[in-house]
Amino acid sequence: MATATETHHPSTKTYWIVGAFLAFVTAVEIAVSYTEFLGPVQAPLLIALGLVKFITVVAVFMHLRYDIRGYRALFLFGLIGALLVFTVVMAVMQAF
Amino acid sequence: MSVTSEHVFEEADFEATGDPVHRTRKTAMWIFLGSEAFFFGAMISTFLLYRNSTNGGPGAELFNIPFTSASSFILLMSSVTMVLADNSFRKRDQRQGRIWLIGTAALGLTFLAGQIFEFTEFYEHGLTLETSPFGSSFYMLTGFHGAHVAGGVLMLSLLIAFSMRGKLSPDHGMNVELTALYWHFVDIVWIVIFTVVYLLQI
Repeated sequence: MATATETHHPSTKTYWIVGAFLAFVTAVEIAVSYTEFLGPVQAPLLIALGLVKFITVVAVFMHLRYDIRGYRALFLFGLIGALLVFTVVMAVMQAF
Repeated sequence: MSVTSEHVFEEADFEATGDPVHRTRKTAMWIFLGSEAFFFGAMISTFLLYRNSTNGGPGAELFNIPFTSASSFILLMSSVTMVLADNSFRKRDQRQGRIWLIGTAALGLTFLAGQIFEFTEFYEHGLTLETSPFGSSFYMLTGFHGAHVAGGVLMLSLLIAFSMRGKLSPDHGMNVELTALYWHFVDIVWIVIFTVVYLLQI
């Protein structure tokens, strides 16, 4: 009988592959941070790479991709709240 | 059919069964992590607000990117060992799970040692909590994150101790899962801090 583990969670091999992928993205991130000729593209690229790592950890390691949707909603609520705090602080202090 | 401890673990560990205790504890952890996102959101906003307020003192030029990159890599890899620990406990492999937990705690301690070294270096170069708004917001943000890592290491140490004394039975697998969630959260917060505070400032 297939257990819920097999159905809902990735295999050990998948975790290793994701770990290697995260290490690779980190290496690219560091290389990009030292690549001056990228100019105006550098900052958005670094943010995008950070976002890729963030989403990968949340989706695979924290199992949000496999768990019930309610957890996703709770975490999203926190993230939206954090972005809201950021926007309000920056707007109030006229930092934009 | 008799209900063995293994059966309890198998039943209690998965959402598909809709176990109310499991679901409540996990929901509480997600609510906690959501509130933590608010907290770190405020701290990161404060840092960004004051990132240029150095009062003529040292600022982002002190950052040693290769060193912090190594620290970031260590914390990222601790997430891999943590997920492997969780995976081992799910498969009821206590021994392997304990090894991964020890590995995770060791990597967490290494990250903390790196942070202490970094703070000492910055202090020696004149960047203190009182030097400037930049210094205050930097130490508050990274210091609070470090405190969260230390809290995680403490939780891992307790799990290791329970496991070694045979008190982490299969039906306690949930404790490993919740600790793993917390640990991964600490890792994703660092992913944001590393990008926003370090990489985007140089």
